Amino acid sequence: MSDLALSFHVALELIIGLDADLVEIVLLSLRITLTALLIAVIVGLPLGAVIGVFRFPGRAAVTVLFNALMGLPPVVVGLLVYLLLSRAGPLGDYGILYTPTAMVVAQSILVIPIITALTRQTIADLHVEYQEQLQSLGAGPLRMVPTLLWDGRFSLLTAVLAGFGRASAEVGAVIIVGGNINHATRVMTTTIALETSKGNLALALGLGLVLIGIVVAINGLVLLTRFVAARVEG
Amino acid sequence: MAGMNIELADTRPAAPEDILPLMVEGLAFEAGGKQILNRLDFRLEGESQSFIIGPNGAGKSVLLRLCHGLLQPTAGKVVWATTAEAKPSKQQAMVFQRPVLLRRSVRANVEYALIVRGFRGPERRRRVTLALEEAGLADLAKRPARVLSSGEQQRLALARVWALHPRVLFLDEPTAHLDPSSTRMVEEIISRIFQSGTKIIMTSHDMGQVQRLADEILFLHGGRLIEQTSVDRFFSQPKTREGKLFVEGNLLW
Repeated sequence: MSDLALSFHVALELIIGLDADLVEIVLLSLRITLTALLIAVIVGLPLGAVIGVFRFPGRAAVTVLFNALMGLPPVVVGLLVYLLLSRAGPLGDYGILYTPTAMVVAQSILVIPIITALTRQTIADLHVEYQEQLQSLGAGPLRMVPTLLWDGRFSLLTAVLAGFGRASAEVGAVIIVGGNINHATRVMTTTIALETSKGNLALALGLGLVLIGIVVAINGLVLLTRFVAARVEG
Repeated sequence: MAGMNIELADTRPAAPEDILPLMVEGLAFEAGGKQILNRLDFRLEGESQSFIIGPNGAGKSVLLRLCHGLLQPTAGKVVWATTAEAKPSKQQAMVFQRPVLLRRSVRANVEYALIVRGFRGPERRRRVTLALEEAGLADLAKRPARVLSSGEQQRLALARVWALHPRVLFLDEPTAHLDPSSTRMVEEIISRIFQSGTKIIMTSHDMGQVQRLADEILFLHGGRLIEQTSVDRFFSQPKTREGKLFVEGNLLW
């Protein structure tokens, strides 16, 4: 059997046997990614909608800034969060470096600009269509924000999915602020990097398969929801 | 249904003072270096259906939007016959050529308009139910608004503003995209809204419709108000040469 086939075989055994280490790593990964995503949604949806609806000086600059931040290099974000949270840093007293909390912080910083920028685009387009009608009914910009967020809900799912994709695939930031500590801060992506360099291809490949499986499943589920809902609701 | 009109009229909260007549003084609007409307002066009384007609590009839609407050004039003003306390903006509504319906149920669309204007509780529910019945949409209340036909969508847009019981209703070519039977239903609803005490200010290119509904005509051409006449007079013996040419279908520029 070739290396690849052997690794594949062992990987499947680990998955089917619900290997304890593997399950622990998968669950921690999901916990961190979904927490970061939740924070980014809570911040990014309203923020993006406000930028999309309100007219204020510097609006174009803010738009460019968030679009640019979508491409933030994860290792740089990891480094900055590390500097903030390290013992000597301004937030060092909280002692959260090398904990899952630090990883959530880093991932939130990476995902917030993605959700904000994509939400702004969606809401700004809707605003063009709705503005006159809503203004006529007596809705001010503050009322338009929740109205447009709700009416854009199917399009906004795509923004949330993009954020999820970024968070779940990311390795550079979480390895710096999490430290890849066994049974503490080891997630799928960091474990894959570590085990591959150690030559333990089976565990790396097993985790890789699980990661791809989760991402595909969640994307499929969300797009199916969107498709069905859009057909039912017009 | 006739009984319901009376009920609607009776439950209208007594307005402290009427916002009509509407006075338009030296109204002008310029966009992109082009003069769309040129120093318009007219007065609209409270108890009639006023139709703004004229060829494409005459400035009809812009005039409606200026009166409604969606656009700000570059010169002149729109004066309601009341002080700011009566909140003229809360006593008017507008129906557009293509209504923008929210991605929610038919009922929720009417509800939304009432929520924005501060209605709550049983009064809101009562108004929603009544408006949907009047527009013949009671059976479709739970359907998503965006899957309705064009005619049903426009009736929903009318139900949505009817629930507000506005003193003034602006309508911008509300039947331009509708088939004859939908057009007739929409016209019937507009008539009933008018009979319940709402001033109608509407644009239309359908001269049959104008003759069916209008009391008075404001004839616009090239951004100017050419004449303001009763409908009978306008179609039998218009005051101006342009009016005569327009009625005959010969006004080419």
